[in-house]
Amino acid sequence: MTKKAFLVLEDGSIYPGESFGYEGETFGEIVFNTSMTGYQEILTDPSYAGQIVVPTYPLLGNYGITSSDIESSQIQVAGFVVRQYCEEPSHTKITGTINEYLDSQEIVGISEIDTRAVTRKIRSKGVMMGVIAVNISPEQALQQLKNKPSYDEQNFVQKVTTNERYQWMESGLGYDHIADNLRILVSDYGLKYNILRILKGKGCDVEVFPSSATSDDLLTQNPDGILLSPGPGDPELLDHLVATTADILGKVPVMGICLGNQILAKSLGAKTYKLKFGHRGANHPVKDTASGRIYITAQNHGYSIDPESLPSDVDVTHISMNDGTVEGIRHRSLPALSIQYHSEASPGPKDNEYIFDDFLEIVKETK
Amino acid sequence: MTEKPKKILVIGSGPIVIGQAAEFDYAGTQACKSLREEGVETILVNSNPATIMTDEDVADFVYIEPLTVQVISRIIEREQPDALLPTLGGQTGLNLAVELVEAGVLEQYGVKLLGSSVDSIKKAEDRQLFRELLTDIGEPTPPSFVVNSYEEATEAKNTIGLPVVIRPAYTLGGTGGGIAADDDSFNAIIKSGLSASPIHQVLVEKSIVGWKELEYEVMRDGSDNCITVCNMENIDPMGVHTGDSIVVAPSQTLSDNEYQMLRTASLKIIRKLGIEGGCNVQFALVPGNVVAETLPDIEKTGPSYYVIEVNPRVSRSSALASKATGYPIARVAAKIAIGMSLDEIQNAVTQKTVAAFEPALDYCVVKIPRWPFDKFPSGERTLGTQMKATGEVMAIDRTFEAAFQKAVRSLEITNRSIVWEDPLWFSDEESILNKLPIYPNDQRLWALLAGLRRNVSADELSRRTGIDPWFTRSFSRIIAMEKTIESNDLSYDLLRKAKRLGFTDQRIGELLNQSAKDIRKLRKNLNIKPVYKMVDTCAAEFEAQTPYFYSTYETENEAEPLHGKKALVLGSGPIRIGQGIEFDYCSVHAAWALQEEGVKSILVNSNPETVSTDFDTSDRLYFEPLDEESIFDIIDNERLATGPEQGDNTPSIVQFGGQTAINLSQNLDKESMPILGSTAHTIDVASDRHLFEEFLRGINIPNPPGGSASNIEEALQVANEIKYPVLVRPSYVLGGRAMEIVQTPEELQRYMKDALEAGEGRKVSIDKYFVGKEVEVDAVCDGDSVLIPGIMEHVERAGVHSGDSMAIYPGLTLTKQEIATITDYTTRIGKSLNIKGLMNIQYVIVGGNTYRSPGSITEDTAEYEKTEIFVIEVNPRSSRTIPFISKVTGVPMVNLAVKTMLGKQLTDMGYGTGLFSANGIVGVKAPVFSMSKLTGVDTYLGPEMKSTGEVMGIDHDFESAISKALISANLRLPEKGSILLSISDEDKKQSGRLIQNLVDAGYDLFATEGTASLISELGKKVVAIPKRLNEGHPNVVDVIVNGTVNAVVNTITGNGSAVQDGFHIRRAAVEKRIPCFTSIDTATAAAESLTSEGPNYNVKSMLEYIRAPQGESHNAK
Repeated sequence: MTKKAFLVLEDGSIYPGESFGYEGETFGEIVFNTSMTGYQEILTDPSYAGQIVVPTYPLLGNYGITSSDIESSQIQVAGFVVRQYCEEPSHTKITGTINEYLDSQEIVGISEIDTRAVTRKIRSKGVMMGVIAVNISPEQALQQLKNKPSYDEQNFVQKVTTNERYQWMESGLGYDHIADNLRILVSDYGLKYNILRILKGKGCDVEVFPSSATSDDLLTQNPDGILLSPGPGDPELLDHLVATTADILGKVPVMGICLGNQILAKSLGAKTYKLKFGHRGANHPVKDTASGRIYITAQNHGYSIDPESLPSDVDVTHISMNDGTVEGIRHRSLPALSIQYHSEASPGPKDNEYIFDDFLEIVKETK
Repeated sequence: MTEKPKKILVIGSGPIVIGQAAEFDYAGTQACKSLREEGVETILVNSNPATIMTDEDVADFVYIEPLTVQVISRIIEREQPDALLPTLGGQTGLNLAVELVEAGVLEQYGVKLLGSSVDSIKKAEDRQLFRELLTDIGEPTPPSFVVNSYEEATEAKNTIGLPVVIRPAYTLGGTGGGIAADDDSFNAIIKSGLSASPIHQVLVEKSIVGWKELEYEVMRDGSDNCITVCNMENIDPMGVHTGDSIVVAPSQTLSDNEYQMLRTASLKIIRKLGIEGGCNVQFALVPGNVVAETLPDIEKTGPSYYVIEVNPRVSRSSALASKATGYPIARVAAKIAIGMSLDEIQNAVTQKTVAAFEPALDYCVVKIPRWPFDKFPSGERTLGTQMKATGEVMAIDRTFEAAFQKAVRSLEITNRSIVWEDPLWFSDEESILNKLPIYPNDQRLWALLAGLRRNVSADELSRRTGIDPWFTRSFSRIIAMEKTIESNDLSYDLLRKAKRLGFTDQRIGELLNQSAKDIRKLRKNLNIKPVYKMVDTCAAEFEAQTPYFYSTYETENEAEPLHGKKALVLGSGPIRIGQGIEFDYCSVHAAWALQEEGVKSILVNSNPETVSTDFDTSDRLYFEPLDEESIFDIIDNERLATGPEQGDNTPSIVQFGGQTAINLSQNLDKESMPILGSTAHTIDVASDRHLFEEFLRGINIPNPPGGSASNIEEALQVANEIKYPVLVRPSYVLGGRAMEIVQTPEELQRYMKDALEAGEGRKVSIDKYFVGKEVEVDAVCDGDSVLIPGIMEHVERAGVHSGDSMAIYPGLTLTKQEIATITDYTTRIGKSLNIKGLMNIQYVIVGGNTYRSPGSITEDTAEYEKTEIFVIEVNPRSSRTIPFISKVTGVPMVNLAVKTMLGKQLTDMGYGTGLFSANGIVGVKAPVFSMSKLTGVDTYLGPEMKSTGEVMGIDHDFESAISKALISANLRLPEKGSILLSISDEDKKQSGRLIQNLVDAGYDLFATEGTASLISELGKKVVAIPKRLNEGHPNVVDVIVNGTVNAVVNTITGNGSAVQDGFHIRRAAVEKRIPCFTSIDTATAAAESLTSEGPNYNVKSMLEYIRAPQGESHNAK
């Protein structure tokens, strides 16, 4: 018999549901994601560290868990809030159910939740802290929540980055080898494997470095290009990454994705701010300001670049069609470009992989 | 951006037929509105009057004219549009566009083709070109080879791998072909296929039957921006037409990798085709492991998906996708067509974001087709590549199980709730699986549930059907809940869980031997009630303005009661034979009329194809089943907790949703829920045989004598008193055993036996059947006075269902006296019944000829002087002819009706009372059938309705009007040709005129023996043809199949062997797609129109016909 559970938000709202995954308590920032597929990729995306994710799509776990749909070595979300999960998934290569998956990695979930009501709350009040409580009362949960550090105060990058540098060997399928033997270093702020798969698939020699790597650590490798990866948390807490990036700028081509975009912008002197409820989903339209073309992108960010703060030698190359926020920048003279969305998709539309090609083109030109 | 066109011609899709239904009214209407928003003038042409798109205020110029190249060329000549938009008119629109281009018409008048180029249309439609295009962009298609010998075939098989589909070239209906799964069956089928093909050629193609079937709706603008609106997964795997598949949106069993793989492929295809607008791409995807195990060699197949088909236009699927997501595909496609880009088009739902995004759903949508086999029990029920459904329902909920159960409720098949089972399935205890019809057919969903109920495992059903186990396991969760309810106390938790899985109060009650009312009461006490959530395209990410809601058992309600005056308009549910798009037309007008009067309109409907379920038709839309539970819940939800109207129940309008809505009147009344317009009592009097007879007697208006019987003896006695022929019908409708005309006591005995068995002892009505002229009247009444917009006479005699009759407005052949009597009867019935709103009355005129020629009637024809008029039935609601009569007279019937319901007087509305004066035009409504799609169904006209749609011919004279109606209905006889006549004995004496007309027109006559001797006796030339198939060649079927004759007249009387005899003649004609007349009256009218000199009809806009009538008037004499 399933156990009762509660989702309790910082503002005191209580949503009763049923325990799912690991039975326990978990605290984190409540965010919603509007993707309709790709739950395993979302669960394993390190950018969700410290966050309790609410998929707006109500039916989760339909095609089970596989060994291939992972974006990092483990589940990264702090908790998972669903309407209904599937105990009897159907697909070709299933290794388990979503329930078993969460349970095995001690991730607390809750099901039977009116996730649309939670989403509407977040949309109107903004993201806030919350707790999933299984063994304690909602009141106790709220009390404990008050004593927890807020999301914005925590440095999650140091928790999710790799401890050791490593070579990446798995190749994404179906790519043209346009960048054979280019040496690309990836600064791991909380990266998704698919970035590595794509780069490797295009022929790059890919090596991943911990976020603690200094500019010397990186530059002494004689890289052809450096990619600043996505990752969790507030860039305000990451001055050391900004400084490292400022050091390498101009010395080697740099591409930033998501958090990497924010770090690059800050290293160019720009500021970032927190969005009310962020952009998380696989349907976000972004306009390429040069061509006027629209691209549907996968997004997952809670912070954004303040366009007013960008120096004049930086162009805004992409903007969000939903709210006009900055989605991509490029330096006019230095070999540096970055995007706020996820060109590596996974989950999400694969329309934006061309950004990697743009970057690799710059790398080749600079070499 | 190229210069925006100023004036655009939009082609509609014509009459409703299987495969092309109301979705194109929805698409066309939305497109016209969308174009007008951008300041573009629109010209619309469609032959179907029962559409919103052909309303005066939807397009700037509306033509209700035949959809032919000639007519459209004339329209182009008159209107001089700069562009043509054909992609919203279904296949009809697309085909016409190609024909117009090929005829050089567009070039001649400098008209630009928008949406899809002829080149892309051809690339999408031509199999070979399509295959080349796909190969070009590296998209996989199922491998196939054309072979001419057994050796070549074997080689092909070895390359492709089994299973393969074998299709012989040039055989009708795939004779000799099949699917081969092993070498033995391959050898057998190849041999039969090669010999069946007249050129000894077969196609050997990789079989993907059993693979998953997916659809993607994609859009592209002129700047090459592409988006996916929605993907959909067919629950029925490959092998069943997508229109006949149960469909779920979004896909449920695809991983993100698969979802994106197919999405990427769809975008590549639309880009390559260069379509500017919407497009639908269908895929086959390798099935999950449970199903894959049943398919041999699945591992060796190569690609994990194949591209199956592309529709380079708005389609049925795109209508479904629009309603499933809230994203208005047709609206956006129209704007793209005039050069706007996706980011320039506002998302009309959020009014904050733009159309360049992909909708996110936070619910599950289930579509179930509505098949016509309740009407056609003899039809071939197997589903395959030929679509058979007439309509569909859609349901939305937060779980698949709940959405599915809601969709089953929405089907409205009498006596077939989700628990329906055919007792025949279980006659043999040992082999449930052998008896259950789990092969693709219209009963499969019930059969699957029945199997699960008897402990057949979900995976076993999946292995046998190819349906992904994700779905069969969901079904088994429904069955598990049935069992839990039966064996447990109904606690709060259990009841809430059951409701969250979609169980109705009725079903829960049945399981516990309680009534639905008991469960409802318990539910209310426990405060378990549905909430309503919005369909907003964005999964709540942005605030949305659109009042489009569905019910679900969750915590937060988003549909706060509307304030102020408001009314519920009950829609008509899925399109089925007998209840078509006309009622959606009425529902939409009712919503608009309410708004005009300052009353908020709340629409309830379950049909995704329609204009009524468009998000901006009403003030609020509840996408819900039309049953008691759902309507009561909505009324509860609309009850205000505070304010002056606190506690008031929102009144319902039941007159416009066909039988579906009117049937709910008694349920509403019992619970004291208010009804606008005619009261439940009035409705009851009109509907109850006994009350109705008493009522008519009271006001001294005659109806055909009759009675009711509950056994054979009573029936024989009634029939004996009133004399044969009699019209019999059950007081319920079940399995298609409905109305029949019975000529003899033997036939009556047979009928009663069947009816009593099927009806569990309920009564059968028996009425005198008068062979007479049938006349139909629609009227609006305010309780004090009655307005009759016009009188329609049927071409066919009484006994042919009014929906299948041709109707002529005004009653051209009626005498002054007859018109006066009909007007008097109608007025008195309306007033005495206290009708508020619409009513429809059918009359039969007895005496004189049953067929009267509109061309030759004169006032003093003696034989009409002593006719008698009887009332056959009164329907206290809108009828099928409301759109027709409204358009042809210019009297906005629904609008007036709604105003009378709100208490206004007809005398204040500007149309007067009594019979509205005819305006010098003639309108002919003709039925349209979909018989070529329904094998095994007999086509003869009788008291059971069979048509799926209708067309209208309008002009200043009868010959022109009927010519146009016949052209649009595909019943127009060719100018010259040969015709096969097989006329029943009863009709022979009335066939002289028909024969004369055919001979005058220069026709060669072929006839069966009896008819041939009649023709010879008249001194005309005729070739006699054997009727029976075993009496030598060429026989009747041969002359049809080999093209000797261009049309067939085959009339029948009664239900005996004569019907059986003609069956193969009629089916052959239907399959050959040549006109086939089964009523002597239709044939006579059609022949009469031949004698007028060629097609000299007008082509004019409706405004020109109605507002400025000219030409010769054919008003009632």
